[in-house]
Amino acid sequence: MQTWIRAFKIPLISLLILFVCGVGIDLGFNAYVQLILIYIMINMILAMSLNLVNGYTGQFSLGHAGFMAVGAYVSGFLSTLISVPANGLQIFVFFFFALAGGLAAALAGLFVGLPSLRLKGDYLAIVTLGFGEIIRVILLNTPAVGGARGMYGIVGPADWDLGGFIIDKFMIGYLHALLWILICFFTIWRLVRSSHGRAFLSVREDEVAAESMGINTTKSKVRAFVISSFFAGVAGSIFAHYANYLNPSTFSFMKSVDSVIMVVLGGMGSLSGSLIAAVFITVVPEALRPLQEILGVDVRMIIYALALIFLMILRPKGIFGKHEVVDYLKGLRSKKKVAP
Amino acid sequence: MEDLLQHFINGLSLGSIYALIALGYTMVYGILQLINFAHSDVYMMGAFAAYYTAKLTGRNNSPGIMTLVILLLVSMIACSVLGLAIERFAYRPLRKAPKLNILITAIGVSLFLEYFGQAVFGADPKVFPNVIEDSVITEFIGVQLKSLDVAVIAVTVISMLALNFLIFKTKMGKAMRAVSSNMNVASLMGVNTDKIIMFTFIVGSSLAGIGSVLVGMKYPKIEPLMGMLIGLKAFVAAVLGGIGSIGGAVLGGLIMGLSEEMVVGYLSSTYRDALAFGILIVILIFKPSGLLGKNSVEKV
Repeated sequence: MQTWIRAFKIPLISLLILFVCGVGIDLGFNAYVQLILIYIMINMILAMSLNLVNGYTGQFSLGHAGFMAVGAYVSGFLSTLISVPANGLQIFVFFFFALAGGLAAALAGLFVGLPSLRLKGDYLAIVTLGFGEIIRVILLNTPAVGGARGMYGIVGPADWDLGGFIIDKFMIGYLHALLWILICFFTIWRLVRSSHGRAFLSVREDEVAAESMGINTTKSKVRAFVISSFFAGVAGSIFAHYANYLNPSTFSFMKSVDSVIMVVLGGMGSLSGSLIAAVFITVVPEALRPLQEILGVDVRMIIYALALIFLMILRPKGIFGKHEVVDYLKGLRSKKKVAP
Repeated sequence: MEDLLQHFINGLSLGSIYALIALGYTMVYGILQLINFAHSDVYMMGAFAAYYTAKLTGRNNSPGIMTLVILLLVSMIACSVLGLAIERFAYRPLRKAPKLNILITAIGVSLFLEYFGQAVFGADPKVFPNVIEDSVITEFIGVQLKSLDVAVIAVTVISMLALNFLIFKTKMGKAMRAVSSNMNVASLMGVNTDKIIMFTFIVGSSLAGIGSVLVGMKYPKIEPLMGMLIGLKAFVAAVLGGIGSIGGAVLGGLIMGLSEEMVVGYLSSTYRDALAFGILIVILIFKPSGLLGKNSVEKV
């Protein structure tokens, strides 16, 4: 009992705090801001999950959008089979959809990971990229999920009528996304501090040395990859039900690059870095939208690309490197050097 | 039977273009162990250089061998300069950095060129000038031998022979082979490795330049994102043949071109893009070193 309380104390407290924040956002801001917020949350899950592979395990996956697509389409397809109740139960149904989407993506991750993770980093990048493209081509050629037209009318969160008192549909979507963000964050946070996670880190630091210490490096890499794809699928599912519409072109190579940029920008091996980068990467294009309308050019991609190059040359570990924001706060207080 | 032969000729000319671009990947990989993602965009820039040269010199509509030679030269020079600049400003500062960082930089450079191209040239496709009159040279039991295909194959063969001479018969080529087999030892033997790396980028990029003019000639629609897919396929060709191996890149390119043409001819054209990655995954599972590649054992 004691350990259970200890294990869930911080997640529950943060859930409560963020929930209250959500109520504030629900009341204080318009639908546009709320939509951006949900997209930030989806990107957060994407960035954190990709960080497990690219940051903590030191591999390089370029096909994250493919796994997201698997999750999104599985979840979208399930919602045509199972009807979603309009009351409070809907959040459980969405949770179940996300779980199913995630599991499907994890399975896809296992299929891709098993053969390709035996290879060196840059081959892995190409194979995962190729896999992402294959997924997209298959979706494009599957009439059951709409093919190139895309998949319309996916059920999204609905208002919940509590006898005159209406809980907004944004709250439902927010709560659902929040739940998954916390699950993702605490899973990865605690995983990399467990013995399995230490194995991931050792693979990143020196694969040969890790192997000689008795770590099955391929297995570790596949594990990290499968968990990462699971959360990518979850992010896809949340996206599917919030956007209500899926198109294979959403999950193109650029989407994968977006995720990679978030991880690299925030710091490979820094969860809080990923969170901050996700906010940044989602908000900046919105802020640049007026400029883009004047010039008629996708300026943000030029900026991203230059940022990537300069970041790699000037600060190759990303903004936070392997550290978390908390580490810096602790470091300020005690003036001690904090171990990563 | 005629169909098969016709597809064979088309596949051969497509495959030789893949081979030209694959050579650039394989040469840089052989020396730096880096997948030069920007290579495909160097190729795109070459096509645009040729396009604007033709437009400015008024050779827009005067097909002939002379136009072909001029455009090839312009595109080769433009690509070499660009390749050099990329090496100097993006890759050299990271020579000692972990491989992952260089890979990310390469992706950054690639994205930059693509979207810079969109900003400067516009995202709409442009029609490549008419370089060589497309006519049927001979018709043989129903199989057409077109001038375009002949030109593509001829240019490719000439450049391959030149490359072969350069790598196996000249001092520079010897130095390139030395650096690719072991950079440190080569530098101890008095080879200026930086210079050799620069030279490799020049050679690889000018091959991409040749490829870009040939593609523009054969499929006269160019746009800033044109390099993405063909670059990936050329890379797959390089891996298929054994990355780092010159002969392997040519073989891989031809296999890719032929199999793609066969898939389009006999199965469905929607799956042509997935085919490349299918091949890649199969080859990486069963023979990661490629058809002609050497098996390398990691030493500590």
